[in-house]
Amino acid sequence: MADAKVIPFDDDRSRGAAVQRPARRRAAGSRRKGEPVVVREVQPVPGRALPQDDVPVTQEEQPAPEPRPGGTSLERRIAGGLSFLRRRLTGDYEIDEFGYDQELTDQVLMSLIRPVYEKYFRVEVKGVENIPSDGGALIVANHSGTLPLDGLMMQVAVHDNHPANRHLRLLAADLVFMLPVVNELARKAGHTLACSEDAERLLERGELVGVMPEGFKGIGKPFSERYKLQRFGRGGFVSTALRAGTPIIPCSIVGAEEIYPMIGNAKTLARLLGFPYFPITPTFPWLGPLGAIPLPTKWTIQFGEPIRTDGYPPEAADDPMLMFNLTDQVREQIQHTLYKLLVQRRSVFF
Amino acid sequence: MLVTGVARQLGGRFVRRIQRDPQVDRVIAVDAVPPEHHIGGADFVQADIRQPTVARVLAEYSVDTVVHMDVTGTALGSGSRTTVKETNVIGTMQLLGACQKSPTVKRLVVKSSTNVYGSAPRDPAVFTETTSPKALPSGGFAKDTTEVEGYVRGFARRRPDVAVCVLRFANILGPSADSPLASYFSLPVLPTVFGYDPRLQFVHESDVIEVLRLAAHEPRRGTLNSGTFNIAGDGVLLLSQCARRLGRPTVPLLLPALSWAGTAVRTLGVTDFSPEQLRLLTHGRVVATVQMRETLGYQPKYTTAETFADFAQSRGPGLLPPEALAGAVDRIAALPVLGGGHPPTQSAN
Repeated sequence: MADAKVIPFDDDRSRGAAVQRPARRRAAGSRRKGEPVVVREVQPVPGRALPQDDVPVTQEEQPAPEPRPGGTSLERRIAGGLSFLRRRLTGDYEIDEFGYDQELTDQVLMSLIRPVYEKYFRVEVKGVENIPSDGGALIVANHSGTLPLDGLMMQVAVHDNHPANRHLRLLAADLVFMLPVVNELARKAGHTLACSEDAERLLERGELVGVMPEGFKGIGKPFSERYKLQRFGRGGFVSTALRAGTPIIPCSIVGAEEIYPMIGNAKTLARLLGFPYFPITPTFPWLGPLGAIPLPTKWTIQFGEPIRTDGYPPEAADDPMLMFNLTDQVREQIQHTLYKLLVQRRSVFF
Repeated sequence: MLVTGVARQLGGRFVRRIQRDPQVDRVIAVDAVPPEHHIGGADFVQADIRQPTVARVLAEYSVDTVVHMDVTGTALGSGSRTTVKETNVIGTMQLLGACQKSPTVKRLVVKSSTNVYGSAPRDPAVFTETTSPKALPSGGFAKDTTEVEGYVRGFARRRPDVAVCVLRFANILGPSADSPLASYFSLPVLPTVFGYDPRLQFVHESDVIEVLRLAAHEPRRGTLNSGTFNIAGDGVLLLSQCARRLGRPTVPLLLPALSWAGTAVRTLGVTDFSPEQLRLLTHGRVVATVQMRETLGYQPKYTTAETFADFAQSRGPGLLPPEALAGAVDRIAALPVLGGGHPPTQSAN
């Protein structure tokens, strides 16, 4: 099992690591005994984070077969499906100015990703209570995995686990909007171009916006650098959040790094195709399309404590020093949470 | 008041409407060809705005307001692209030159288009008046409008005493629309770009007339009608939605195939499927209308969807009318196998 991982800890954490190491080993033996130790160690996670995130998922499945007097659940579902079909065929549905098709996302796109989310990657979500139930917020996450599956999983995680079923609006690279089919689906799923204009517009409308500031540097980094956060762009996301006065919620995603272990990068081929990188993994492109199947890793997505930005004066958004400091603060918080989650993780696949 | 481009439907309609306003004493309608529709009590002067004669017209009638509507994408009747470009660019230059010399001109309204923003995947999703396009239009009508706006800006600098209003209209649709997009939507089968579903915005002809009127008069209290404004109806429609609402089937084609087909169709003269049209149908374009609402103080009467519905009604049903499809689904729902009998009721919205 590819579990061997040396996690660098800075000295003030070394004591914590010493306590956590045995905890992890114990956890491998008997899970129930190990968990409380781990939970106590991780500060931002409240005690009941684990049972909490399980509940909404089961709730999500409940309402569908809910019986109603006057018709069986199957009939209602067929009627619902037909009226959906009717609306789609006649073009009688609404989209917003970004091209977000909420009905299609909820009924079709999410349902397509959900099995991958629930059964394949078995995503475990922590700290979903850190996401406000209304108003704008900027979720900043690490980016990894060669293909941006982490963004999609985060979208499902927020929607399915949050009590208000909030929709995450992701900011995507311009490459996404140049590729045919991909751009169409991305727009319909509520994604838009990662630029300050779009981000600010969404935040001002009170939407939940997700951004991965590492960009291609993060998603296309070699396997040997896994879980090492790259530079956070130029920190534009901080000034955007500051201008909109919305909190920044750091988010750490564990498990996405190992889905496609990128051991090489065919740079010439990438340049030829116009991509930022062309991944070579132990299976891709050797096994052809079969090699493009991600490894079934076990994922954990943790939302950290929000960093408030409404306390700053409006001109603070133009202060580069403050921007750098805040960017570093967000980055550090994500990195530390990543290390903590890695320590807790029993294995890459379970 | 002097209005250019009156031989077109929209210009004619505007001239007819503006005469009823009490502030307007006299309307001078100018175009190179006499209009086929009647223009009410306006004085028609047959003058080509590409010629310096337009200066004499301005001086003779001591015009105080100029509404320049002769910036268009397609030729009237059988004109070539070169003629259109000349009318757009050289015509604007001549008109602005004449306005600059005229001491009586106090107000200039220019009909522009949101084409100036172009359409590119790297652009923000929503354009505001201050957004600068990532890639300047390489040619066609979009380039014309960009150049026209450049000249208008120069004029506004040289004549700060003249109130200049540039109105960037989204795709104008309505029962009598004769834009390239209207002729595209009139095709029995709509060719689309495979893998792209552009966002489109429309503005109704009636709203165009109203906005032009608002800009041509003195500003109302608390509003300002000089500057640049995006004009579009509320809401956004996807091309796929438009096609379904029209009831016309779509044929997704690969981008190179479509540009080739566009050239072929253009050569045959069936429809004007220009490269910029193709870009619009690939990447789409949405503009912010906050300035229109808050500064200009105009609330469009038709949303994008209502504009499109009005247009669709005027064009008649396509091969796959939405009502027929909805009826088919309802019949399936009513099948006893499905235990139906009560068709879905959520069709109201």
